[in-house]
Amino acid sequence: MNETEARPAGRMRAITVSATALIVLAGCGSTTTAVTTQQPPTATIAPLASIGQGEGALNLIAWEGYVDTSWKTQFEKDTGCKVNAVYAGSSDEMVTKMANGGGGQWDMVSASGDADLRLIYGGDVKPMNPALIPDFQNFQTYFQAPPYNTISGIHYGISLQWGPNTLLYNKTKFTTAPTSWGVLYDSQYSQLITVPNNPIQIADAALYLSKKNPSLGITDPYELTQAQFDATVNLLHQQHPLIKKYWNLASEEISLFENKDVMVGAAWPYQTNTLQADGKVKVADTIPSEGATGWGDTWMLATKAPHPNCAYLWTKYVSTPKVQATQAIFFGETPVNTKACAEMDAQAAGSCAQYHANESANYLQSIKFWKTPIQTCADGSKKCVPYAQWVTAWTSITA
Amino acid sequence: MTVEALGAPRLKKGGAAPLQRLAWRLPWLRSTLLLIPPLGWFLLIYIASLALLLITAFWTIDPFTTKIVQDWNLDNFRVIGTDPAYRLIIGRTLLMAGLVTITDAVIAFPFAYYMARVASRRLQTLLFAAVLLPLWASYLARVYAWILILNHTGVLNWSLQSIGLPPANIGYTNVAMWVVFSYIWLPFMIIPTYAALERVPDSLIEASADLGARGWRTLLDVVVPLALPGVIAGSIFTFSLTLGDYITPILVGGASSSFIGNVVFSNVGIANNIPFAAALAMVPVAIMALYLFGAKRLGAFEAL
Repeated sequence: MNETEARPAGRMRAITVSATALIVLAGCGSTTTAVTTQQPPTATIAPLASIGQGEGALNLIAWEGYVDTSWKTQFEKDTGCKVNAVYAGSSDEMVTKMANGGGGQWDMVSASGDADLRLIYGGDVKPMNPALIPDFQNFQTYFQAPPYNTISGIHYGISLQWGPNTLLYNKTKFTTAPTSWGVLYDSQYSQLITVPNNPIQIADAALYLSKKNPSLGITDPYELTQAQFDATVNLLHQQHPLIKKYWNLASEEISLFENKDVMVGAAWPYQTNTLQADGKVKVADTIPSEGATGWGDTWMLATKAPHPNCAYLWTKYVSTPKVQATQAIFFGETPVNTKACAEMDAQAAGSCAQYHANESANYLQSIKFWKTPIQTCADGSKKCVPYAQWVTAWTSITA
Repeated sequence: MTVEALGAPRLKKGGAAPLQRLAWRLPWLRSTLLLIPPLGWFLLIYIASLALLLITAFWTIDPFTTKIVQDWNLDNFRVIGTDPAYRLIIGRTLLMAGLVTITDAVIAFPFAYYMARVASRRLQTLLFAAVLLPLWASYLARVYAWILILNHTGVLNWSLQSIGLPPANIGYTNVAMWVVFSYIWLPFMIIPTYAALERVPDSLIEASADLGARGWRTLLDVVVPLALPGVIAGSIFTFSLTLGDYITPILVGGASSSFIGNVVFSNVGIANNIPFAAALAMVPVAIMALYLFGAKRLGAFEAL
């Protein structure tokens, strides 16, 4: 029961993450520009050198399902840190909560990649010391320092869980797995396609174009020059008439597939698992040759965190294989700790492979994790299109 | 004088406070005191929030941190006015509200006419219950029921196929939205139309017949003009409710179904761009102000 109850939460979360992007700034793109300095404001704050005595409380902003009693209670008993969690519905809500109220009331936030850079450059979170997290060395190498939470070698948080955005298809319509994201832009499948209602979806199109049209020179789907961005948005405008529905909720996509309203779409492993478990339609998912985008969540430490010791104790605790596995299964996502695989299979047979927790580094290489698009590109130039414009473009694509 | 004479002893008996007596003697004070709570409520809750909405619409936010920046400008309104995406969305919302209103008026009029002027007392009660019954069920439940009817493997296509017709794939389209809206708001059109039709005096219809008018002529020249304020009153509901809705477009709509409400919703709940949401929310307020002005001129308020 717990599991089935947990999933809708995961669903909601994922949606909101996607919805997040929906319209950050529908109107202001034309007049305002994101001002981003190279060094985040908190870069020079030295992180804690050792974990001291817990302060007796811990205030978290989390995705629903990220602070469940099934692992929270044990933590409170072990450390004496009373956990107060407030759930946020979207990445933007997390950014807002962290930025407003003067800070000081929150210790940590379980932010997703598309919010991280905003929190980091907004000065709302500060560097953390991974040496204090014993399980950190067991993390998949990529998640020890992913670009969405680590800047110039400084860790603004400790990775938690992740999930890929997959290509979901109806096996009756597609007898063999599609090998390219191109099916989502193919007029042959007009009105049989669904994609998430989320501006970050522009990155999926950019990823596809990076392989389809190499002359555009797209190397990172989150760092697009104006020309690359325009080409991508143009592709999405062409895709619009082929779309049956832009889904907001994972449950929406599930019923679209179940009722055969759509045959192919962009999804998360969660939808595949649910549809396969229900068994009403035969579906499968794949990661096409172009690779895929994905989301990675990070526990980040608030700049004015009143209970830093409890925060580190919590991060240490949720990084352990057992808690990693419990949360992954509870929520339907993938742990970053490689040791969690055996634990997952022990808790639910086959779950490790099901959520790709045992995949090689090559698999991770094929996934481009969500990060906030900002004006400053990786090479330091200010030629990249910032997130506000992504949101404006998405509104006009889906209008 | 008589009022005072009657009132004073009663007040004394109840141990009347001097204030009460004063209120009794000074009618203007009485009405002021009576009106303060509802007026205060109205000013505080309604006018103040509208004013705040209006003020916020002239601010902007910092796109990176989404904090509100209080510098006065008309950018939000300019974007709404010039960006074709918003014009499309506003146009779609208006068109849908208009279509739903016309559809409901066309369906509701004969129904209300039958209820008010033809049906027996018993049948009238039954029909009234039938109109109001759907309102007992949750809005969401009724919308979801329509999804089950309209989707690809839904009841509609199943029925069409069992009588040998090709499937009608209207699930997740604007047509589906039109059907669902028309259904959901129909009771709000039937009731005021019924009320107006019931008030049409029989004598006028008899007079019309005496003067040689046939049924249709009487209907068009006597009944419809007299019932029109009721239909307009109903249209205020169907029009404004459709104009402000954002749930049905999410659930029933397709790829091109965004309403003003959806964009407002995503600006507030997701993007945290309150100023832009406020500016966009002013659009339906302005439209409704115009609509109500027109409705008043057509006498809709007397029919409510």
